[in-house]
Amino acid sequence: MAENIQLEIVTPEKYVVSEATQIVMAPGTLGEFGVLSGHTPFLTSLQVGKVRYRDTKGDEHLIFVSGGFAEALPDKVTILAESAERLENIDYERAKAAYERAQQRLAGDKEDVDFARARAAMQRALTRMNIVQGGGSTH
Amino acid sequence: MASLKEVKSKINGVKKTKQITKAMNMVAASKLRGAQTAMESFHPYAEKFAEVLGNIAGKAGDEVSPLLIPREEVKNVHIVLLTSDRGLCGGFNTNLIEKAEAFMEEKANAGVNVSFTNFGKKGRDWCRREKLTRVDEYLNVVGAKFGFNTASTSAQKLIDAFLSGEYDEVHVVYSRFMSMASQPPVVQQLLPIPVIESVEGTEEAVEEEKGYLPEHICEPSPDALLNTMLPRNVYVQLYNALLETSTSEHAARMKAMDNATKACDDMIESLTLAYNKARQAAITMELMDIVGGAEALRG
Repeated sequence: MAENIQLEIVTPEKYVVSEATQIVMAPGTLGEFGVLSGHTPFLTSLQVGKVRYRDTKGDEHLIFVSGGFAEALPDKVTILAESAERLENIDYERAKAAYERAQQRLAGDKEDVDFARARAAMQRALTRMNIVQGGGSTH
Repeated sequence: MASLKEVKSKINGVKKTKQITKAMNMVAASKLRGAQTAMESFHPYAEKFAEVLGNIAGKAGDEVSPLLIPREEVKNVHIVLLTSDRGLCGGFNTNLIEKAEAFMEEKANAGVNVSFTNFGKKGRDWCRREKLTRVDEYLNVVGAKFGFNTASTSAQKLIDAFLSGEYDEVHVVYSRFMSMASQPPVVQQLLPIPVIESVEGTEEAVEEEKGYLPEHICEPSPDALLNTMLPRNVYVQLYNALLETSTSEHAARMKAMDNATKACDDMIESLTLAYNKARQAAITMELMDIVGGAEALRG
């Protein structure tokens, strides 16, 4: 097995993850990418989606990220996200409520609706819900 | 001479005040810890962000984003004034408002229109009194619990207004938390983003940059990356300003309340002295009466 690579997921409010991993998969804007130890220095923006990583014991973990940036260095991946949550910490009910709210806003024909924001909110909520559902079935 | 009863009730009054100031001091102390923790948890993000941003800014073109380009003619300046919602924190709000006022006059003298976004009641009330143009107000943010989304939502509004040409410059007036003893008010330019901000100025960072800068692969292009990062930089700056102002507010209140508690102590001491004196005087008077009465009877 190759050497481990350090993964750090940082949000403005806290460190979400800081641990050694075997592999990290992240949702880049140009497609999902995987990082192993010894990766070329690499910088990309991220979309809303899930980061997957396998810890040193080989267990897989899922983390929701709401976009941001990732910097990969040979021995370290840093993900800067505006918000990030581990699968265990995602509040499914809240995401569902947010999804319904966004849907209502998009469906309504009021003129002052900020479509871009509502859509972004909807996508975040949907991704959170998918992670919870998908995560639940594979484990 | 003040009667015994009056002095006594005054002492009690001051004691009650002391209890309140002491409690407020402790509340401020515990909130301060919370605010400081929030500030500390933001540091890793802010540092990494500045590093990455400096990195890309070095690679991308100079004029990739309208957020970076200073306007040739500055007609409308927008000031984001951060103050607290509540008083009883010494000169904290006054200092901030004075700073904003000085800055505003400087701009107004140059014939520029100035408008405000207020965070905090105190600044809003001042703007109302002075009949200044207020665009937006956010209450219950400074000094309370707030998340990054508060900063990003309001910062995005500023960016939109800047891009649509409503403002030519955006500045934020906030209180920098240097230490428990010093929280000077400062003015910082948010938009257009100052060049120094986007290229990390410290020597170490520059060296570090040189170390791995050439090998970085960027996806999508550096220009596109920079374009998505710049608005976030504004969020980061505003969030930082909010955090520092909150921490400063609690520190200022803690100090003000500490001083007030001390002043109460002094007052209680001098009042107790006056009380004892009055009591002594009353006793002496009574004795004199008794002695006088006895003398009269004997005679």
